[in-house]
Amino acid sequence: MDSSIFLSFINHIKNLINESFDKMAAMFRFRKLYFLEPNKCSETALKTLNKPSNIDEKQLFQTPKVDKKDEKSLSNVEKDKEKPKKKSDNKKHAKEWRRMDTCCWLIGYFCTTWGVLMLMLNSLPSNLLFLRVPEAPGVVLKREGLTALHPVVLVPGIVTGGLELWEGKPCAEDLFRKRLWAGSFTEIFRRPKCWLEHLSLDNETGLDPPGIRVRAVPGLVAADYFAPGYFVWAVLIENLAKIGYEGKNLHMAAYDWRLSFQNTEVRDQSLSRMRSRIEQMYASNGYKKVVVVPHSMGVIYFLHFLTWVESPPPMGGGGGPGWCAKHIKAIMNIGPAVLGVPKTVSNILSAEGKYIAYIRAMAPGILESETLGFQTLQHIMRVSRTWDSVISLVPKGGETIWGNLDWAPEEEHECDSTAMKPLELSSGQKNGNNTERMSNFISKKLTKYGRIVTFGKAASELPSSQLPKIGTQDFTLESSSRMSNNSCEEVWTEYDEISRESIHQVAENKAYTATTLIDLLRFIAPKMMERAEQHFSHGIAENLDAPKYNHYKYWSNPLETTLPIAPDMEIYSLYGVGIPTERSYVYKLSSSDKCKTSPFQIDSSADGGGNSCLKRGVYLVDGDESIPVLSAGFMCAKGWRGKTRFNPSGIRTYVREYRHKPPTSLLEGRGQESGAHVDIMGNVALIEDVLRVAAGATSEELAGDKIYSDIMRMSQKINIQL
Amino acid sequence: MTALRRRKGIENTKNSENGEVKLDEESKKLVEKSKESFPERGLRRKWRCVDNCCWFIGFVCSIWWLLLFLYNAMPASFPQYVTEAITGPLPDPPGVKLAKEGLKAKHPVLFVPGIVTGGLELWEGKQCAEGLFRKRLWGGNFGELYKRPLCWVDHLSLDNETGMDPPGIRLRPVSGLVAADYFAPGYFVWAVLISNLAQIGYEEKNMHMAAYDWRMSFQNTEVRDQTLSTIKSNIELMVATSGKKVVVIPHSMGALYFLHFMKWVEAPGPMGGGGGSDWCAKHIKAVMNIGGPFLGVPKAVSGLFSAEAKDIAVARAMAPGFWDKDVFRFQTLQHLMRMTRTWDSTMSMIPKGGDTIWGGLDWSPEEGHECQGSKPKNNNISTTGRNSPRNSTDNPIKYGRIISFGKDVAELHSSRIERVDFRGAVKGNNLANTSSCDVWTEYHDMGIGGVKAVADYKIYSAGSVLDLLGFVAPKMMKRGSRHFSYGIAEDLDDEKYDHYKYWSNPLETKLPNAPDMEIFSLYGVGIPTERAYVYKLSPSGDCYIPFQIDNSAEGGDESCLKGGVYSVDGDETVPVLSAGFMCAKGWRGKTRFNPSGMRTYIREYNHAPPSTLLEGRGTQSGAHVDIMGNFALIEDILRVAAGASGNELGGDQVHSGIFKWSERINLQL
Repeated sequence: MDSSIFLSFINHIKNLINESFDKMAAMFRFRKLYFLEPNKCSETALKTLNKPSNIDEKQLFQTPKVDKKDEKSLSNVEKDKEKPKKKSDNKKHAKEWRRMDTCCWLIGYFCTTWGVLMLMLNSLPSNLLFLRVPEAPGVVLKREGLTALHPVVLVPGIVTGGLELWEGKPCAEDLFRKRLWAGSFTEIFRRPKCWLEHLSLDNETGLDPPGIRVRAVPGLVAADYFAPGYFVWAVLIENLAKIGYEGKNLHMAAYDWRLSFQNTEVRDQSLSRMRSRIEQMYASNGYKKVVVVPHSMGVIYFLHFLTWVESPPPMGGGGGPGWCAKHIKAIMNIGPAVLGVPKTVSNILSAEGKYIAYIRAMAPGILESETLGFQTLQHIMRVSRTWDSVISLVPKGGETIWGNLDWAPEEEHECDSTAMKPLELSSGQKNGNNTERMSNFISKKLTKYGRIVTFGKAASELPSSQLPKIGTQDFTLESSSRMSNNSCEEVWTEYDEISRESIHQVAENKAYTATTLIDLLRFIAPKMMERAEQHFSHGIAENLDAPKYNHYKYWSNPLETTLPIAPDMEIYSLYGVGIPTERSYVYKLSSSDKCKTSPFQIDSSADGGGNSCLKRGVYLVDGDESIPVLSAGFMCAKGWRGKTRFNPSGIRTYVREYRHKPPTSLLEGRGQESGAHVDIMGNVALIEDVLRVAAGATSEELAGDKIYSDIMRMSQKINIQL
Repeated sequence: MTALRRRKGIENTKNSENGEVKLDEESKKLVEKSKESFPERGLRRKWRCVDNCCWFIGFVCSIWWLLLFLYNAMPASFPQYVTEAITGPLPDPPGVKLAKEGLKAKHPVLFVPGIVTGGLELWEGKQCAEGLFRKRLWGGNFGELYKRPLCWVDHLSLDNETGMDPPGIRLRPVSGLVAADYFAPGYFVWAVLISNLAQIGYEEKNMHMAAYDWRMSFQNTEVRDQTLSTIKSNIELMVATSGKKVVVIPHSMGALYFLHFMKWVEAPGPMGGGGGSDWCAKHIKAVMNIGGPFLGVPKAVSGLFSAEAKDIAVARAMAPGFWDKDVFRFQTLQHLMRMTRTWDSTMSMIPKGGDTIWGGLDWSPEEGHECQGSKPKNNNISTTGRNSPRNSTDNPIKYGRIISFGKDVAELHSSRIERVDFRGAVKGNNLANTSSCDVWTEYHDMGIGGVKAVADYKIYSAGSVLDLLGFVAPKMMKRGSRHFSYGIAEDLDDEKYDHYKYWSNPLETKLPNAPDMEIFSLYGVGIPTERAYVYKLSPSGDCYIPFQIDNSAEGGDESCLKGGVYSVDGDETVPVLSAGFMCAKGWRGKTRFNPSGMRTYIREYNHAPPSTLLEGRGTQSGAHVDIMGNFALIEDILRVAAGASGNELGGDQVHSGIFKWSERINLQL
């Protein structure tokens, strides 16, 4: 690759030379000077050539053709020889340009060039640069004759929605109705403390802290772009518009994603607003049912909505049974976090994910030593722990779904086959890997994904019989002996209240499954869990008819609610596969006992070798980089498929997977066939599916399931009463 | 200093013949400009010039960046400090003041923006507008207007026949509060009001901006975008979630739009919203019209007639060549006229009520008005100067003649003017050879005979202006007459008034049956406002608009005639008569237009221009849009939104002669 690029580059230069002799002459004159007085020629001069200097030299010395040319030109130049000589003589005296002037000159030069380039860019016809980009799916489908039929509701996920300030502390005086979250994020850099303070919620209530009102940005702008140039919904919206969608039949149900779902209704009436908007769009678009397109956490938010809207007030919306059947045609979940995300666990435990563990491995100093005084991770942890919605993403269904100490539905998963970036693996490496894999295959060492958190790499591989058995109930909370001296009080995380001994106890228990994990969280962050567990539940219902399941805390857990009675409705699960996704973690105790670091951190030294699924303390499975296939697909593949107790009316479900393909060139941006959690919103195939359903297609026309991963086999292994 | 030093440096280099530019500089230039070997001297000269340019640009850029950096690093409250240091402590904005008093958000608030102020964004466009998807074409920074003006005009026009989208173009109103908080960056419309409401606890959930496509006729916004239904369901939602009735705040044309809405929502489907006869009583606490042109605006006539208003007439007087000789081949006014004539909504603002309201040839309600007293930028002359006795002796201005051809005609008594009726006039062949005209305005169909006939009729009052417009722009008026009506109803119970075209005319509809509702009319006074025009025929006959305001018609210092425009008291756009009459007389008490006797209030705000530049557009302005930043007005709105009634505000607050003028209007109530 590299060499071919280099060759073409050289060719390009040759052409340039051939084209203009005069130009070459001038260049050569310059080179001659360069060779005569190498010390005097500054590097900046070379850089203005817009090429790396070494290439220049190579081009001169390696390719004989060019050299010949040079010689020719040299002879040409020879005639004008005197001129350059004169100059070079004079130059020695030329020291009058002072540094300031040179600086100004340089800046001026760049500014002018920049200005000229901008002008050219602006005056260019906008399609000139992107001629090669294939037509947008919306255009293709429009030609097929598709037009807007069903109104569309978009439900954004966590983090992607914008938040703006409506009332703030004095430090945020001039930010009224400015975005604090999403957009350009400039305020983080200008006043980080102030920013964090405004984004936190009240630790006790999970609602606004006194004197601060941060609200969701309404409308399509809420989540079309997360940051300038980083699209979330924008591509989908644009394609929908191509077939005739506009404000009246396209709605973004923006909500404050920091709050628990029921609290969005209590504080902002977000659920009521969504309901009234759906009813209004239904009525004013010729009584066409709506197609709902939730993304990520929006999926469970909308699941909550489904039960809420049919439940009687005051807890529910009072739409009565049949509301969903009447108003909703299909739910097209994109990258659904239906059963939770293991990533959440590491976020809560130590405010870190794969990336942060990676950074820590690269530069161990930065995050631990608070030379900058920022305590970044601790601040993030404190803020994100006030967000109830995070708890909604803790893995649901316990050991039945996520596997226990010795078993996991994905245990046969092989990481190498889903190796992430093919560019990284040259063919030689691949061969080596293959043989290794073969040997590995024989030994058949199954990864124990069920242990979502283990302390130490060894513990993650031992058979369960060798693990110490300490019940999570045995943890003792000795709040009297606080592990920290009060001097480092700035950031309060609940870790400060846990004694050193109990932290050791936590670590001694070695392995935690999805079930015991919740106990662990309850232990290390009691207040947060107490608050959040009023709003979310993570179990599996024994008997769905029990009256307790009328409470809203169960509504967002698909394993503890029934779908509404709406036999004509369809539920799609659209997600990417083929990207390694975090599934379980190897932890260690932090080396420093100071209060300023969280006591646990991912053991980034735990690496399983070339083809293992263990990378820097993280076990990986197939998924879309955030959500494992299991969480995204299980309900549609098994839990809701056919008439089950979770789906009493037999709503049809479909699983449509999109295999990840990284963008082939830089021009493609984030790729048209990406399967990554957010980038999939620009996936052409996915957009086409959404457009077809919105324009009235049934599932048959989409050809039902489309599966690349092992989801069916994995689901088979899960033993759940249906 | 640096610049000086620099210049010295240049001279030095100039003096020493052979130049002493450093080696690397030299080589850099060689590389950049490595095109040809210039002759030695010329090369050196040229580069020096380029160098100086570059140096200068670099210098400016650096300073710019430095300033930008300083600006960004500046604490946010710094401008306020400066302002306070110069002008003394500023009064608290009303929101802060009232929050201290303990006012809390109570009633949900609905904003209805007016014409022009709402943003429009592109959803589907022609080739030339590629890349503008969901970008604002109207509102915002208007960047596209300069980049591709013809494309822009094309996209903003509506279909000439239907008044709906032209094929292949979908321009839609921006939704949400952002639709009209700022019209252009830094030019607030609703933003000040919104931030003050937020101070007492309002937020997105109990504030709603009823953005609509202001180019279309009111009923068409429902047909195309279901805007009225959306407003209805939003009001219902806000009432349901808060348990309180809404306070509606329309501005400018929004007042007419909401009048239409109130009628629509109670009318049975399919033409109406089917809300039932008590919908308004159940859902609306108060309507606080800001600068509502209930009876139309004379400006609309000149806008439709010759695409110009006072401002353009002034511009024409200043630089006569610019507009008339189409040097740039832009034909700006013609394009503008063609575009605005496709907008049905402009026709909702043609003066309503005819001669009864606006005055006949020899009579008008405002005739005693004296302009001196309301001279702009002069607060000191208060009401005392206004009603001086010399009115009676003088020849009163005949405001009733909305359009007159020639200044002398505007002043003569009607019996002494010879008029030739234009209605029967034959429209001649094309005025110009059409080939030379890029822009088609309906004037081309009129012919020389038609133009002459129009001018021969000499005077047009509010009633005959309609005929005039019908004559010069038959297609537009035909389209418009399906959606708007400008008369006065004889019998309001007549079945024909169930048609939507009457709903936005307060003189042809009844207010809903809602005795607890309150209607406020809040508007600025003290600014001369266009009321009647002196026209002349355009000198050049080729495809120009054949009529233009005669800006040479001046009445002298004391007169109300300035640059061909007679002005009266008002808020710069809407005359007092139009904004105040309905609340002062037409709806006051139980009248046939207001059968349930809902209470009406007039609150006028005397215009005081900003005292310093730092104040921006002023906190006591009375101008049509700037009044949205008027502290007194904001305070009134906040109090009502927090639950106060009109009487608690202090009832009427009148500075102008509105009651006197209303008295003169002889309207059956």
